[in-house]
Amino acid sequence: MNLAYYPGCALHGSSNDYEQSLRACLETLDVQLKEIDDWICCGATAAHSLNQKLAVALPARNLALAENQGFREMLAPCPMCSMQLLKARKAMAEDEALRRSISEIVELEVHGETQVLNLIQLFEAIGLDRLKAAVKAPLGSMRAACYYGCLLTRPASVVEFDDAEQPRSMEKILEALGGKTVDWNYRTECCGAGMTMANEQTVLELSHKILSNAEAHGANCLVVACPMCHVNLDMKQANIGRRYGVRNVMPVYYLSDVVGLALGFKPEALGINRHFACSADLQVGMSDASPAKRGARATEKAGA
Amino acid sequence: MAAGMDAPPTRLIRLLQLGLAEAALRAQAIWQCVSCQTCATRCPKSVDCAGVMDALRQLSVERGVATRQQQRIVLFQKAFLSNIRRNGRLNELELIAEFKLSTFLRGRSLSFLLKDATLAPQLMKRKKFHLVGEKVHDRAVVARIFARCMDGSHS
Repeated sequence: MNLAYYPGCALHGSSNDYEQSLRACLETLDVQLKEIDDWICCGATAAHSLNQKLAVALPARNLALAENQGFREMLAPCPMCSMQLLKARKAMAEDEALRRSISEIVELEVHGETQVLNLIQLFEAIGLDRLKAAVKAPLGSMRAACYYGCLLTRPASVVEFDDAEQPRSMEKILEALGGKTVDWNYRTECCGAGMTMANEQTVLELSHKILSNAEAHGANCLVVACPMCHVNLDMKQANIGRRYGVRNVMPVYYLSDVVGLALGFKPEALGINRHFACSADLQVGMSDASPAKRGARATEKAGA
Repeated sequence: MAAGMDAPPTRLIRLLQLGLAEAALRAQAIWQCVSCQTCATRCPKSVDCAGVMDALRQLSVERGVATRQQQRIVLFQKAFLSNIRRNGRLNELELIAEFKLSTFLRGRSLSFLLKDATLAPQLMKRKKFHLVGEKVHDRAVVARIFARCMDGSHS
């Protein structure tokens, strides 16, 4: 499999651990990623909050670059990027005048023919049977709370992926890897997304609810497929703990981390040692780490 | 998310239906909104509430009516865009510096200025922070795209 790769700014910035683990997994699974040459930022929340045209033009430039570089499919592992790309694609498909105007603005003809995949969809395309066959270290004692957040499944009319209220796609992957998943209530609630700096209070409150609900339902880790979710739930976990008086540490893994662990990679090879809510016992999926043991660990202090 | 809002999406939509756009623009909610798309997904009338939120934010900035409390988030989004306009990709260090400086100049809050200072070395230790950010090669085209979209030089 050969596909275009749109990393987005986060995966080349403070979420480069996500890129590390997905590259490790995909290489093993014979997926060749070709980074789109000279890709630009999708504009994220800033663009759609401040300028509607820019919110279409920035992702459209990337769609056009991928088309021009001969790709029919692209992986956008950040749900913010993939949603923005799909939203621009849909807007242009429904409005030919807009498509023409945007093509002029971005100085490239945009046809909007490139398919955009999130990481879950890529693993599905690889095939759960193939994943299962490649497992070297089943995730025996993992009881994962699969956390989808907002933009993987919403808006449903744009992303057309899984079920917006009761998604199951990540659970199916985890189960194929020999892990257990828990039923819990906050799978599609928002963590506060890109408000980490501008409105930290909201992020801490929302993320606290997510972490404590996962814990209350017996999870021993969270699994996410979004760099912003990871920042809020992992990097901010120490702040959350201080504010709400929580001592337990909940490891937060990217989906590619747990796939990588099951494929036999060491945590360091996946960048798991670079997480914040990190533990002495990294191999939560591979050993018999009990929740009690988890509570005994001290989280590293993150920020004031 | 609606739970903590002074005017949840249902109320904002009602205000707009009644022609009370000024009241909607003054609501803290439009900048508290984290664009999680839940309101649009669950609206029984299929109103794109999240899209309405975007439109209200854009109008709020255009008309310069954001309240003092809302300014911090407006400044963050503006710093984000000016960063992309310059580099083509987000440079996190520059974004933080620009955002912190602009909020400091406005509010003179030293504690907010220094709040995340201890985070930088921790990110650096984890090789998650780059002193020199990435830039795209063709920054001129990025600048032209921004000019066409934001400065009204393209209809």
